[in-house]
Amino acid sequence: MSAKQITIALVGQPNVGKSMLINSISGARLQVGNFTGVTVKKSQVSFEISGYDFKIIDLPGTYAFTDYSIEERVTHDFLINEPYDIIINVLDSTNMEKNLQLTAELMTMSKKMVLALNMSDEADKEGIAINAAYLSQLLGIPCTRVSAVAKSGLDELIQSVISVFNEPQQEQKLIFSEAVEGEITLIEKYLTRHRYSTVISNRNVAINLLQKETKTYRALHDNPIWTELQPILIEADHHVLLHHDTDDMKEAFAEEYRAFNRGIIAETVKTTNTGQNKKTLTEKIDSVLIHPVMGIPIFLFFMWGLFQLTFEIGSIPMDWIDAFFGWVGTTVGATIGNAEIRSLIVDGVISGVGAVILFVPNIVILFVGIALLESTGYMSRVAFLLDGFFHKFGLHGQSFIPLVSGFGCSIPAYMSARILKNDRDRLLTLFVIGFMSCGARLPVYVLFTGAFFGPAMAGNVLFGIYILGAMIGLIAAKVLKMTAFKGADEPFVMEMPKYRLPSVKLIWHTVLTKTMMYLKKAGTFIAAASLLVWFLSTYPKNHELSAVYEQKIEMESREETKKILENTLAEAQLEQSFLGQIGHIIEPIFRPLGFDWKMAVALQTGLAAKEVVVSTIGVLYSLGSDATEQNNSLVNAIHENIPFPSAVAFIVVIMTYLPCLAASVVFTREAGGIKYFVYLFVFTTIVAYSLAFLAYNIAKAIG
Amino acid sequence: MIEKPTMTLLSACSKGGMATVCKINATGPLKQRLVSFGLMRGVEIIMLECSPTKSTFEIKVGNVNLALRKEEAALIEVCDVR
Repeated sequence: MSAKQITIALVGQPNVGKSMLINSISGARLQVGNFTGVTVKKSQVSFEISGYDFKIIDLPGTYAFTDYSIEERVTHDFLINEPYDIIINVLDSTNMEKNLQLTAELMTMSKKMVLALNMSDEADKEGIAINAAYLSQLLGIPCTRVSAVAKSGLDELIQSVISVFNEPQQEQKLIFSEAVEGEITLIEKYLTRHRYSTVISNRNVAINLLQKETKTYRALHDNPIWTELQPILIEADHHVLLHHDTDDMKEAFAEEYRAFNRGIIAETVKTTNTGQNKKTLTEKIDSVLIHPVMGIPIFLFFMWGLFQLTFEIGSIPMDWIDAFFGWVGTTVGATIGNAEIRSLIVDGVISGVGAVILFVPNIVILFVGIALLESTGYMSRVAFLLDGFFHKFGLHGQSFIPLVSGFGCSIPAYMSARILKNDRDRLLTLFVIGFMSCGARLPVYVLFTGAFFGPAMAGNVLFGIYILGAMIGLIAAKVLKMTAFKGADEPFVMEMPKYRLPSVKLIWHTVLTKTMMYLKKAGTFIAAASLLVWFLSTYPKNHELSAVYEQKIEMESREETKKILENTLAEAQLEQSFLGQIGHIIEPIFRPLGFDWKMAVALQTGLAAKEVVVSTIGVLYSLGSDATEQNNSLVNAIHENIPFPSAVAFIVVIMTYLPCLAASVVFTREAGGIKYFVYLFVFTTIVAYSLAFLAYNIAKAIG
Repeated sequence: MIEKPTMTLLSACSKGGMATVCKINATGPLKQRLVSFGLMRGVEIIMLECSPTKSTFEIKVGNVNLALRKEEAALIEVCDVR
């Protein structure tokens, strides 16, 4: 006998501990999968308990049935359109009135439902006693007191899900004010008289019609009774709005729900107050963390700590990974006889995959940090503190986190932009992250500043480059806000959740899922892209050229000259490769900026990964590809071959042009479509070209 | 409809003050958002904190702490300020 499957939609407002609950219920049987959504994922967990296959879909938190943020849209769409058996509505026991608001809306859906009164241990501590049995009776929905943290009440919750699953649906008892009830009855009676029937009760159809629920509306719109029903609805609408003295049906219903919930709470929730005027713990912490003077320095300190961790500790395993892939390359390379295939495997595949895995330590640490900031509730305070400043540039307080992450690496920065709940804020932030100079661009800056400035000055110039990049980013945000993202400001209304201790298990789970996603998705794309760059820079091979040079190299006895000849060969090969040919073709475009074909090619390879620019310049100026930014001969070669104005323009382009391919792939996914990548390409190209042109001419004029 | 004469904007309230919401001049999604946070007519609110530049406010509605920009706070009319 095969087990019965129960599909459950887990719904609740944000910060009620849904994910924690799902974790506690499924325990070790956790099996996580991900839906392919645009950006916000609903995660799914399957497990078996007492002969039933449970499939729980953890929907993003939503305050109400609106389409305000991506999360809310995902949840709303799922609840309306997807098949599921039961809703588990998770509530925060310490904040019943607000949470029941969503419950009331869910009750109009005519779905089987179970309430999980989570955080019951916290409620006990705060002296809030909820009579769950009476609450179940009043609502017509089984309610269970649970605590995901203390793992209590979980079995009862599962049992009540099973019994609700096996029983026929009970009518839920949502009661409105007399005036609204009157209208509902009128519509309901009309529907019944005309033998209208669907899977949901006519009472709920009537409620949905009054609330102007789209799906119900559409269904009845195509029904012949519509012509008669419409005037009744208009009349009812009018009455309800008049009764509530408003012109907004949503507001009228919210007030109805609130009145109903207050009644329910008065009956079932008893608060034995332990001193009402005493500040809560959250308020005490807040008085320090969002202090008008101290708040921002404290926050900056936390950020500093996070970035120290990310790039100091992160660099240790990065060195290992780098060394490991170097070793794998040599070892595997030694076993392959054919030079062409060896080059494909070692220089193409292994180094490409290595480049992807190289960023994993950074990403993991940064994600742990962000998960900590988010799950403790501190992130909302950050937005509160910084919104004033960022708002001036058309950004959002929470934009700060992704923007600062951008100084490390754009990839986690793009991913962390998810903390922005609003689409437009998020897109705008995504567009300017690239202007924050990522760590991979540092070698290029070091090389060029070293070539043109003394050691004492180079550091200051380097710092200036970073600051300038950030300023360009902020100004770009302002410009975008006034043009492409024009329109009224998105409102800033945000809940400041209670401070909570983070759960290690949950953070581990979040970080693991996100990291796997990065490896899976970005990995395939990045590896493919590195292959492409490898191919373009290796083919077509001019064998005559190689033969001529190899002969020369063999004839040569001195090691030094041999080396020079080898490098000249590499340069010649690169010049006639596809990449070199492209470089020559596009050279005229870059001439107004003072670039030669070599610089044009270096910029192109920088599209694969910014640090590649240095090694390409090394190859192109015949110094071999193992050149580093500390290489003195490379510094000299640049100083001799590149005029100062061209170098300035080059740096400006590096600062502002398209992020590397890996980052672009992540950007495209986070922004939600290839068209955004096209926008980003056009936008960054225009900015880079015009600023570089400006910089080139100013530098030339100064001298 | 009894309109109290002491109607002010939430954005003009000072820290630590209490008031009752009497009108919300927002529409569409913003109105829905405010309402879903429990910010409705007849609800008591407390002004908790404001950001360094006084451009963002933190208020307490029932059991919920909310952050609002000055622009949004200016849409909320309150009366009975204490």
